[in-house]
Order: sequence, then C-alpha cells, then structure tokens
Amino acid sequence: MNDPVDVLIIGAGASGAAVAWSLAETKMHILCLEQGDWMKPADYPSTGRDWEARFYGEWSTSPNIRGRPEDYPINDDNSPIKVVNFNAVGGSTVMYTAHWPRLHPSDFRVKTLDGVADDWPIDYDTLVPFFEENDRIMGTSGLSGDPLSPLTHPPMPPQPLGLSGPLVAKAMNKLGWHWWPSDTTVATADYEGRARCINLGHCTPACAQGAKASTDITYWPHAIRAGVELRTHCRVREITTDENGMASGVVYYDKDGVEQFQPAHVVIIACNGVGTPRLLLNSASGRFPNGLANSSGLVGKNLMFHPYAQIYGYVAEPTDSNRAPPTCLWSKEFYDTDLTRGFVRGYGIQFVRGAGPVFEAVVSEQKGILPWGADHHRIFRKLNGHRLGVSAICEDLPEEHNRVTLDPVLKDSHGIPAPRIDYTISENSRKMMEHALARGREILETAGATDICVNSPIPWGGWHLLGTARMGTDPESSVVNEWGRSHDVKNLFIVDGSVFVTSGGVNPTSTIQAIALYVADQMKQRLANLFD
Amino acid sequence: MPDQTALTPRQCRDLRTIAAMIIPASEEYRVPGADDPAIQADILATLGRDAKLVATALDHLARLAGMPLADLDPAARDGVIMTFRAEGGAPAATLVRVVLQCYYRDDRVLRSLGLEPRAPFPKGHVLEDGDWSLLDPVKARAHAMRQVS
Repeated sequence: MNDPVDVLIIGAGASGAAVAWSLAETKMHILCLEQGDWMKPADYPSTGRDWEARFYGEWSTSPNIRGRPEDYPINDDNSPIKVVNFNAVGGSTVMYTAHWPRLHPSDFRVKTLDGVADDWPIDYDTLVPFFEENDRIMGTSGLSGDPLSPLTHPPMPPQPLGLSGPLVAKAMNKLGWHWWPSDTTVATADYEGRARCINLGHCTPACAQGAKASTDITYWPHAIRAGVELRTHCRVREITTDENGMASGVVYYDKDGVEQFQPAHVVIIACNGVGTPRLLLNSASGRFPNGLANSSGLVGKNLMFHPYAQIYGYVAEPTDSNRAPPTCLWSKEFYDTDLTRGFVRGYGIQFVRGAGPVFEAVVSEQKGILPWGADHHRIFRKLNGHRLGVSAICEDLPEEHNRVTLDPVLKDSHGIPAPRIDYTISENSRKMMEHALARGREILETAGATDICVNSPIPWGGWHLLGTARMGTDPESSVVNEWGRSHDVKNLFIVDGSVFVTSGGVNPTSTIQAIALYVADQMKQRLANLFD
Repeated sequence: MPDQTALTPRQCRDLRTIAAMIIPASEEYRVPGADDPAIQADILATLGRDAKLVATALDHLARLAGMPLADLDPAARDGVIMTFRAEGGAPAATLVRVVLQCYYRDDRVLRSLGLEPRAPFPKGHVLEDGDWSLLDPVKARAHAMRQVS
C-alpha cells in the first residue's frame, strides 16, 4: 500500500493544476494522479507537414475519435453535442482555443435578475482576486477597458488584428454593435519562460511554440518545484470511504495497469463536468449506494454545454486563414437578457479568423459548396483564405434531464464503466441560437460575405462541461457547498466546471480556474477545522 | 506504422479513378489531379486508421458500379458517383477526406495556391497589427455592463 498523503488531487488539467499550486504553500504532502502523460511539444501537429490531417485522427478533439490510451470513451449518441476534451498533464488546456473571457457579475445572479435557474452561492466580487492571480500565472493578452466585460488587466498587449480583424471591426462599427479584442492566454510577448506567439495558427491542437498557456507549462512547473508530486498514467477507478463516511483514498490503476490503493486525508476532484460525476457514480458503495456525494440525487444532472451557433462566409478580401490564432475578437452585444428577443439570457460572440487549406476543402466539400470535377480549382481559390466566421456561445440553462450517467455496457481500457450523456437543446437555447445566426448573418453580409454556411449546433462542440455537481448552500439542491466541499463527505472537494450553477455565455476556463484558486484559499483559511 | 497493404490492387485503381473525379488535373492552375502518383502514394502511405473505412467505401463503389469503377465506361461513372455521394455515409466521407488532405499538402498544389509548403512550426507567420483606431466608435458609445444591484 502507498503511504498516505495529506491531499490527493484527481486530474492535472485546468483546475487540478491551479488547486495544486495554491495548496503547495501549506507544505502538506500533495499528490496528483493524472490518467494522461506529459505531452511533448516536439510531437505537436504544427511541427509536421501533416498538421491538418492529424486533426482528424490522433489529434481529434473528440476522445472517441482520438482513442489514445489515455482517453476514456464517452457514449454521447443521445446528444446533438458531442463531448470534446483532452487527457494529459494540462488536460483540455493543451487543446483549447485560449479564449479568456470571464463570467460576468450578472451570471452569478440569474434567478434574481431573470427569474430562471438559480443564483450562485458566491458572487463575482468574491472571485476577483483569484481571477487576477490566475491571469498573472496563465499569462493573458488583451486590452483593458472593454465597456461590456468585467475589468481585466492583461499583462500583454492584444493579438494583432491581422487581416480578418478589421473586416469584422468595420462591419460591427457599421452596425453599431459592440466588439473588443479578446483576452486570451496566447502570449503576445515573451512571458515568464514562454516564448511569444509566432502565429503558428493551428492553436487548438496544442501549441508547439509554447505561447498558448496550458497548465503543463504554467502552473505545473511551479507546483512541482514547490513540492507537489504528480503521478502520470494513473487512472482512478473509485474514491473509497471509511466507517465515518469520510473519503479514505482512491483505487487507481498505475502505468503498468496494476491496481493500487492510495490513502489520503483530503480528496479533491478535478476531472471536468463529465469525468467528475462519472467518478462519483463509480464510487457507489454500501454507504453511498447512489454514488458518492449524491444524497441530493444531483450528481451528473444539470449538465450544461454551451450550444455553439456558428455561421461563416467568404469575403473578397484575403483573411488570416490559418496564419494566426483562431480567435482574436469578441462581442458582448447580445450577452444580457432582452425579452423582446424571445428568450432569456444571452450569448457571447467570438470571431474566427479562418481555416487552413485541408480543413477548408474538407468542410466545404461536405457543405456542398466545393464541387468535384473541373470547377473544383476555381471555387477552391475563391474559398480558401477568404473565410470569416462568427460563433455564438449560447448560455445553456440547467435542466435535470440533461445528465451524465454510467453506461451499462461501455467501459474504458481498465474496465471502468464509461460515462453516458443524455442531452437535448432547450427551446430557450434554440431560440437563442436562431437569434445568433440571424445576427451573425447580418454581420457577415455587412462585411460583404457570400456563400454563407451554418453549423448549429457545432456537433463536436461540447468543450464546456458544466453543472453536474453544482455548488449551493442547501444540501438538498446542490452537491458541494459554497466553498467546494461535498455536503455529504466532509473531506471531499470538487473544483472543476461541475460546480457551476449556471453557465454564462462565455468560455469558462478562466472562471473554472478562479473557482479552483478560491476553493484552495478557503481550504487554507480553514485548515484547523476543515472537516467541521 | 503506415499500412501500405491495406488496399487491394482493384481498390487502389478505383481510388485513383475516383480521386481524379474529385480533383482533376488543371493546366490553367498548373496543378496535378488527385490521381497523381505522388499524391496517391501519400494517400496509401498514410491511410492508417482510415484504411478500413476507405476500403469499405471503395467496395461500396464497386458494388454500385457492378464492376471496378475503373473499368466502367467514363460516361456511366457520374451516375454511380451521385449515388455514392448520397448514400456513402461515413466511409464515403472518409475516402473524400483522405484524398483532400493529401492533395492539399502537396508541394505543387500549395505553391499554386500561393502557400509555402512547410509545417507551421518553427517559422510561423507574420501578422499585421492593424488599425486600432477602429475601436474608437466602440469606446465612444455609451455601453455599460449589466449591473447586479
């Protein structure tokens, strides 16, 4: 048996890295178990001539397509939105767009302001110091002063507008609509050991330059230097409990596939909104027959994606195509509730610079706008390098029937039951998506775009996995309390997107990490009576 | 390891035939067709995990043609291809994708498009900073984030 540790963290992604780094100063024995491995930037797709093709195989965003040994399968057949993620040290920050908005203050008061869903038990102001600390460590670029976003102070300047940015900006100005350079975690200057962005362009499937902040190159080196132990290729099967109903440790499979027991005084789950409920449900026992921390019955329920309504077209002018980070501007014009639109809540917009030639050819052929035969070449030259895109990140509201359960048949390579997703897009979200597509069309047409195409929802767009172990003050209607501790198991904490009460209309990683730092701070303040 | 033996000779011939139908050579643009030997060799050498679906697609194609597609009268191929595209599902989509992904990384094709035939790393690309005065109208507008209280 392994020696007991003070704190055991499961998952080395966005939130696991942040909580490990923050707790390191306590000098407790902290161990993190990660099912993936350290990634090697020299192997990243953008280092090879097959950089686009690899996106359809071992560098797919979908774990089901990718099928690396580090991945676990997900049955998402009963969902129009498929789960995408990455399993490695750094988690899905290895494979994200690095778009870095925060939830707005109003996102924490949805019930009060709009009479739907629930308010969070914490507010935006509580998280501000942790947002700021997180921005410093992840290293953000952007322009302070956006009138429609929370105030930020990015230490690096915004990404260049390039060719695509001005096309969007002029259209938005003509329409009188808000736009602003996005905060991102792409380093636009050399920053704390990270080299500046050189516009490799293929940012999402990992950055070979190291300009994009993934936690394997931001938090983890600091945390490890501070004494945190990180064991890779360790897949946790279940959290065990003792006779007092406290977490006693975990059973996991090590890199050789050998079953191990790791005792721990505190367990922190950081496995994302699908992996976390999967683990809790797989930890059912005689003491906790419905799954661990599940007296509310809400573990796995209220799954929120952000349904993405994507619309794009082609302009006469050249765009940045694949020669820049994919997103550089956002708009919050339609972020807040306006009931005259026919739905409650709203959406953020991110503008997309373009696509590489293979992606352009494959997608356009599938859409039927790139023909076979003699005219192929002429049409391709009209499309390639001329794409301009608008993606709306629509706020999903929590609904209990949208859920993660355990699949009765599907298992991972260790024989652990895999998650199953049952999800439908609500009427409110559907109306929001229709609104976003109509506004997107206006933007594109104002920019002079033609051949307009729609993906709504983006099928492989389930990046944001939220709400499946929500926080709250009432144990009957939430899984963890207002500082991330399980209501049922007093030494069990959750720090990932599972704890979101509502989803906002923005990419959530910034907020997920701020919450992880906040929970760690709460733990540090309460060390003397953490389990009371 | 690349799986170069995944396709039978008949399947390889049909792959060449359909690739030329997807992207024929063009004198106007000075580019080869997707049936070019170097592009075909790239496809076969890198089929990897796609080999099974591509083989399935090619077998489906031959069934629709009633014979190897390459042996079918060229005038009769269009009808077969229309059905194949309409009914081919994931195997057909995979076949088309592997043709496109190898075609659009060929040096000659990329040069014809005005693109450098190279990996993005380590050279990267240069991006114009752009005209930030475009933000002036946004700054001048009376926008305000929704207040909580």
